[in-house]
Amino acid sequence: MLKDITIGQHFPGNSIVHRTDPRLKIMLVVAYIVLLFTLTNFVGLALSLCLLAGLYVLAEIPLKMIGKSMKPIVPIILFTSLLNILFMGGSGEPLVHLGFIEIYKEGISYAVFLSVRILALIAGTSLLTYTTSPIVLTDAIERLLKPFAKLHMPVHELAMMMTIALRFIPTLIEETDKIMNAQKARGAMLDSGSLKDRVKAMVPILIPLFISAFRRADELAMAMECRCYRGGDGRTRLKVLKFQGHDWAVLAVCTVVFIAVWATRFVMPGVL
Amino acid sequence: MAAIIETRHLTHIYNAGMPDATTALEDVSFAVEEGEFVGIIGSTGSGKSTLVTHLNGILKPTSGQVLLDGKDIWAKNNDIRKCRFMVGLVFQYPEYQLFEETIYKDIAFGPKNMGVDDAEIDRRVRRAAAFTGLPEEYLERSPFELSGGQKRRVAIAGVLAMEPRVLVLDEPAAGLDPEGRDMILSQIKQYHKETGTTVLLVSHSMEDIAKYADKVLVMNQKKIAMYDKVDKVFARADELLALGLSVPQVTKIFLKLRQMGVDVPQDVYTVPYAVKTILQAKAARDQKQEGTEC
Repeated sequence: MLKDITIGQHFPGNSIVHRTDPRLKIMLVVAYIVLLFTLTNFVGLALSLCLLAGLYVLAEIPLKMIGKSMKPIVPIILFTSLLNILFMGGSGEPLVHLGFIEIYKEGISYAVFLSVRILALIAGTSLLTYTTSPIVLTDAIERLLKPFAKLHMPVHELAMMMTIALRFIPTLIEETDKIMNAQKARGAMLDSGSLKDRVKAMVPILIPLFISAFRRADELAMAMECRCYRGGDGRTRLKVLKFQGHDWAVLAVCTVVFIAVWATRFVMPGVL
Repeated sequence: MAAIIETRHLTHIYNAGMPDATTALEDVSFAVEEGEFVGIIGSTGSGKSTLVTHLNGILKPTSGQVLLDGKDIWAKNNDIRKCRFMVGLVFQYPEYQLFEETIYKDIAFGPKNMGVDDAEIDRRVRRAAAFTGLPEEYLERSPFELSGGQKRRVAIAGVLAMEPRVLVLDEPAAGLDPEGRDMILSQIKQYHKETGTTVLLVSHSMEDIAKYADKVLVMNQKKIAMYDKVDKVFARADELLALGLSVPQVTKIFLKLRQMGVDVPQDVYTVPYAVKTILQAKAARDQKQEGTEC
């Protein structure tokens, strides 16, 4: 039941999207997000979607997964669309006139524009987590944040904490499942009763879970010390990230498309 | 006698319909009669734990049925919680489920969920604690002060206090030292004898099964490989070895003896019985020798 969580799920693969330097991927995703928010017209949006679709095809991510990752944000999209349709004013005659409700052409087109933009945003960031394993991702974040270490920011420690946290998510989910089953076997009611009953029913699950999390943390700290871990100073890496030929290619293609998308604003009329 | 617990063509597939679907149980049918002590054995990943978690409705079968007292536990209008009180399940490493401030309260968690009154809860807690060998003065202590073996006893007592008609234990002795292991298992046997509760015991150790169980269910590759009286199963020692399972040391010795051409019975699996058969064989040979001398 708890195992069905898909956010941040990684799909191992060997496509060019998977193999691209994770630092580059993070930078491109950030650039993509900025680009999406500066977009003013449908042509640019369509162009950026084409790029995204192409990358998804290259990465061989099953279509079903994309749908699954979109599911949680559907309510948000519906809500914002509704607000835009209902309250957006416009020039010319309203399309629908129902009492105090007036729906304009601009409202509908802006709602569609906004929805597609949000979907593109989620799809773009999901592509990063789908094609990059959490460990590689934190490694890349550490490398990108390295300049801040000069300002006494504990970059390595933060990255290590993130790695450990990510590493323990599945373990703790499994543990929760086990404890829930054990308490269910003793007749605990976890999914019925009033709100107060349900909160009370969490106690037999949370306490053993916390105890086991602390125990694991203790054991892990001990195991790390036994292997002489002493923080990031002077630490070398097994896999050193290096820019390669295909990374330059990816960078070139994406830059061209990004510029093209951005340039559409000078040619096409804006939605607003 | 009617079967108290029965599975019919039980199949379970984890993540059914997903790309990572794995079959954990395939067409498992067996029945346990009231008052029996059944050992369940099999190598890692053979489906033992998946099987036992079906018996009280924690897992729902992908197909097939689980019957309790002849009734399908997943039938409509059936209260699954009632089944859980009737079939007490002790999971692997149950000490990690403890959560209350005192041992007393933790053992009382099950009976409290059943809705029995305070006097009855008190009786059950004390009885369960006595069966698992927890001294009376421990009851007001915190369970987190105890050693691993003692914590496990508290957890088992927590299930015993529900006074289930069927007690299922998934490797209750895993990770304990030999002394703790013998103690817990003999207490379970004692409980079985005194209360007549049906017991299903999952174990890795053939020795334990041989010592305590009446019947053995051997799981192999998600299916039942054998299900019979203990002596009949151990009589097929060579097959068990072929399945990658160990057999009790004595059984191994007797298997070797038979291969060497010594006339000994096939179903030797406990040391006392082995001693008896050896003495019998010796007496028979002595008699024979006396006969030839005369």
